[in-house]
Amino acid sequence: MDENEARKTIVATLEGKKGKSKFYLKDFYAMFPEEKPRTIKNIVNKMVGEGTLEYWSSGSTTLIGLKGVGKQAGAEHED
Amino acid sequence: MAKHETPMLDQLESGPWPSFVSDIKQEIAHRKANPNNVELQIPADVPEDILGVLELSFKHGRTHWKHGGIVGVFGYGGGVIGRYCDQPEMFPGVAHFHTIRVNQPAGKFYTTEYLRKLCDLWEFRGSGITNMHGSTGDIIFLGTHTKQLEEIFFELTHNLNQDLGGSGSNLRTPADCIGMARCEYACYDTQDLCHTLTNEYQDELHRPAFPYKFKFKFDGCPNCCVASIARSDMSFVGTWRDDIKIDQEAVKAYIGGEIAPNGGAHAGRDWGPFDIQKEVIGLCPTGCMWMEGDKLMIDNRECTRCMHCINVMPRALRIGDDRGLSILVGAKAPILDGAQMGSLLVPFIKAEAPYDEIKEVIEKVWDWWMEEGKNRERLGELIKRQGFQRLLEMTEIEPMPQHVQEPRSNPYIFWKEEEVEGGWERDVNEFRKYHLR
Repeated sequence: MDENEARKTIVATLEGKKGKSKFYLKDFYAMFPEEKPRTIKNIVNKMVGEGTLEYWSSGSTTLIGLKGVGKQAGAEHED
Repeated sequence: MAKHETPMLDQLESGPWPSFVSDIKQEIAHRKANPNNVELQIPADVPEDILGVLELSFKHGRTHWKHGGIVGVFGYGGGVIGRYCDQPEMFPGVAHFHTIRVNQPAGKFYTTEYLRKLCDLWEFRGSGITNMHGSTGDIIFLGTHTKQLEEIFFELTHNLNQDLGGSGSNLRTPADCIGMARCEYACYDTQDLCHTLTNEYQDELHRPAFPYKFKFKFDGCPNCCVASIARSDMSFVGTWRDDIKIDQEAVKAYIGGEIAPNGGAHAGRDWGPFDIQKEVIGLCPTGCMWMEGDKLMIDNRECTRCMHCINVMPRALRIGDDRGLSILVGAKAPILDGAQMGSLLVPFIKAEAPYDEIKEVIEKVWDWWMEEGKNRERLGELIKRQGFQRLLEMTEIEPMPQHVQEPRSNPYIFWKEEEVEGGWERDVNEFRKYHLR
């Protein structure tokens, strides 16, 4: 699998989702059913490091979404 | 005068045990006095607002914390948990109150100097309130603002040689007992294995890798002081496969009252003379012990390593010499689908550096869970859903009689709807009066 193609697929898929901004890691695996979860996990985490995606954590569960999409820290008035 | 009236919290201080309310009040007084002239980076009255919001939660019977957030430090998907209060105007000090998890040193060995540095850092850049080794197990810094996070992370990693712990869908901070450092029962070097795996699985610890949380815990012997068998998805419990070593002279000394049983514990009252039949042989769960004259005999084939006899007569009975560990999987608290104890997967494996055999088991389990686990499904739930047999297939471990024996019980109590005032139904509009969106 070409990593750059995978990145484009991830961004396009997330942009196409309406009404939802945060996703489970497994939702990313579902975009690439032929690939090993570990491979996709590594790409997703790399994309967070590069600033394309961002984590959201409840403390017990982690969700991932496009950076800047959905509720942001600014909504909590923390300047 | 206190910033908030807290009659219910004040009552907690009247009990017989040390109270966290008293601790927080002490911190309030300390931050007000600020004897070291620390340039506090978040408001001095944060601990007062903590008591205030907690009192309100007690009054309402509901939490006033919102759920999670996107805060963190660069490159890490765990170790920081966003916390926001849903009554920010009443309690501005805790409007933003993020948690930081600190990966405690293996065996929780640290110097007072290290602890002092941690506390100084937290007083300077946080609320000053910590939670040391509570149910999560690691060192928890409770409450700071987003701007402080990177500063704290830099200080921890560059000047205190200290990493963050795990949170979210990551490997959580591995925890172990003190092991060989102080305990003669330790069957393997818990600190070395804990530290080695913590370093080996840095990526899993710091970046989400799994459907949900995953915990390793390491107990040096079946006394299970860390309770890994109940608290971790993968539990490593020290054991041995040869015979318990018996010093018959010491057995006689226990029987004769020359050595106090239980290492001298329970000495607060007179229990009468030591009775080996009643206190040891009669309590053996498999009935594998008996006396032949004045000699203690053990049928080691029947021994389940319950540790009772060794705990009672530590100078007479010692763990065997062929030592290693058992791996149990699937324990969890009852968040989803009920509590579970660990199920035995590997009855015996040698625990010797570099631990390649152990890592092989771990990675096979992870591969299966990452592939098949549903969102927020713990390993124990996947084992229940797909069956233990499937786990054996995926880990390429042959079924064996030990797999059939399983210690299972539910140590938790759930409220039933009829036991809760108002049942499970509630008026959303009434709720929103007290909890802003």
